[in-house]
Amino acid sequence: MTESQPLLSVTDLSVSFPTDRGTVQALDSVSLEVDAGETLAIVGESGSGKSVTALSILRLIPDPGRIEQGSVIFDGQDLLALDRRSMRAIRGNRIAMIFQEPMSSLNPVMTIGKQVAEPVRLHRGLSWKVALAEAADLLAKVAIPDAASRLDSYPHEFSGGMRQRVMIAMALACRPQLIIADEPTTALDVTVQAQILALLKDLTRAANSGLILITHDLGVVARYADRVAVMYAGRIVETAAARDLYANPRHPYTQGLMKSIPRLDDESDKRLVPIDGQPPDLAHLPPGCAFAARCPHVADRCRVELPMLETLAENHSMACFGYD
Amino acid sequence: MTDAGRSDPDSTVLLRVEDLAVHFPVTEGVLFEKQVGSVKAVDGVSFELMRGETFGLVGESGCGKSTTALAILRMLEPTAGRIIFEGQDITNFDQKTLRPIRRRMQMVYQDPFGSLNPRMKVRDIIGEPLVVHRLAGGRKQYRARVDELMEMVGLLPDMASRYPHEFSGGQRQRIGIARALALEPSLVICDEAVSALDVSIQAQVVNLFMDLQERLGLSYLFIAHDLSVVRHISDRIAVMYLGKIVEIADRDQLFRDPKHPYTEALLAAVPVPDPEIEAERPQQLIVGEVPSPQNPPSGCRFHPRCPKVMDECSKVEPLLQLSSDGRAVACHLHG
Repeated sequence: MTESQPLLSVTDLSVSFPTDRGTVQALDSVSLEVDAGETLAIVGESGSGKSVTALSILRLIPDPGRIEQGSVIFDGQDLLALDRRSMRAIRGNRIAMIFQEPMSSLNPVMTIGKQVAEPVRLHRGLSWKVALAEAADLLAKVAIPDAASRLDSYPHEFSGGMRQRVMIAMALACRPQLIIADEPTTALDVTVQAQILALLKDLTRAANSGLILITHDLGVVARYADRVAVMYAGRIVETAAARDLYANPRHPYTQGLMKSIPRLDDESDKRLVPIDGQPPDLAHLPPGCAFAARCPHVADRCRVELPMLETLAENHSMACFGYD
Repeated sequence: MTDAGRSDPDSTVLLRVEDLAVHFPVTEGVLFEKQVGSVKAVDGVSFELMRGETFGLVGESGCGKSTTALAILRMLEPTAGRIIFEGQDITNFDQKTLRPIRRRMQMVYQDPFGSLNPRMKVRDIIGEPLVVHRLAGGRKQYRARVDELMEMVGLLPDMASRYPHEFSGGQRQRIGIARALALEPSLVICDEAVSALDVSIQAQVVNLFMDLQERLGLSYLFIAHDLSVVRHISDRIAVMYLGKIVEIADRDQLFRDPKHPYTEALLAAVPVPDPEIEAERPQQLIVGEVPSPQNPPSGCRFHPRCPKVMDECSKVEPLLQLSSDGRAVACHLHG
């Protein structure tokens, strides 16, 4: 990889799901980049396409979903062009994923040690014995107390936070260049959430890996992300460096999100300003901007024409006609 | 045990909880079950809720906040303590005596998908409490009341003949609220009532709760794990840890100057949506996780995770002490 090339670059990715109600356009021309050592947060509400973006990068879209177009270039290789076997060699090895629900991602009848050792053995061709020793190191690294003696435990013996640490240990097992974490702490308590995210951030920074953090929590984004992509109805509507986005949100949806969240440090008794209405039905998207029906700045053009993502400033782009 | 918050028992107290405990037995053996221990889900909780007030109850999973709510509603039997609602001690009321009380306290649940009967039309979901309590009147009167309730929560009465699946998450939560309001309660217990909603929709429902309170003079017991939301909606807040209240304070006091180390840790863990502020904030994270309520730590239950732990903390349990400024803290540092 040359210096100028991003670690991951997704271009014009579109994904659809045929359903009895019509085709659901889950992703529509999504483009994003992640550099080594960088944390990109993807934010958006349910149905905005955050998780589908993650799954498409790993080519794990469940049936009958289909990648319609686009490219996913990871470290110089187009992942969408690889055969299944080469893709398997990348998944869990050079790109790792952490899911929201650790209980359903862990095998309940396999010991923790074996589950962490398995990717090590599989991708790095080590023996069980060596792999298990390495698993103990990994578990210690994610701050599981007395890690070596916990190798023979089963997932049900661990708390939610501990299970998520195990997931992180598994993700780190093969020293991946990119980690995709989909709502990794949503099911956890706040004090544990803070521990897990700080750990994930430290470990990825130390290894100079890229991190895609998928979340709906704008506080988490502010604390951990370098750059942010805001998604709405399957499209990226704004992307910027985290500081720019919070200091100067430009898209009406991003502005709406910022105003609708209560803040811990806000002592005024201002009412929250919700975004009116509801997200659109992805099976029946309007022809123009999907946010038009809820937008306070809507113009005639927005209802007929789809705004493209355009650069406003260095590292800040937005898909909206409203501003120049 | 001191009474938390305001100690003066006057007529404006709507609900008073005294030393409430809810213990669940832990049994062993299949044929000859014997009790081997108990989970002390709620263990000596006291507070007062004023008329027209929103009292927030926060804490992490397993701290006993939902169990407290269910015990107040008498949907769980308290092991000890007293519940005084609208001046009556309802702790030992039988089901029949409880019926008129139940009209006065209602609950809004977290899951707008699981808590509505999918086979009932929205009109009947909202109107069912009226029928159950024989307040429905004639058909015309019943429909008019349901229409009124729907309008009150921002739903179009035209939609009364639809089924829950035709509504979005936010709308379903409005249906749940309309149903809770049908019997004109004085107390509404909101258990994670906005937690499952997307942020833009969550703000709509939070505003609705606040509007309804102003309009109907409701009191809320607002239970949530999201501190930002609780801060926004509450007048006073109690922080729970492992079955106990560790601190009660006015919301601005609590957030500006938390006294209990657990409250401090909880506030520090919540990220603020502003990268500039986050970069400056000291990131002191407490270690470990909440221990099992079946076998809580001795002394102060927070002591194994407390960054300010002292010798006596593992030996002597700190009681909730009312201080001169009306706050209450259970910590040896503030004894």
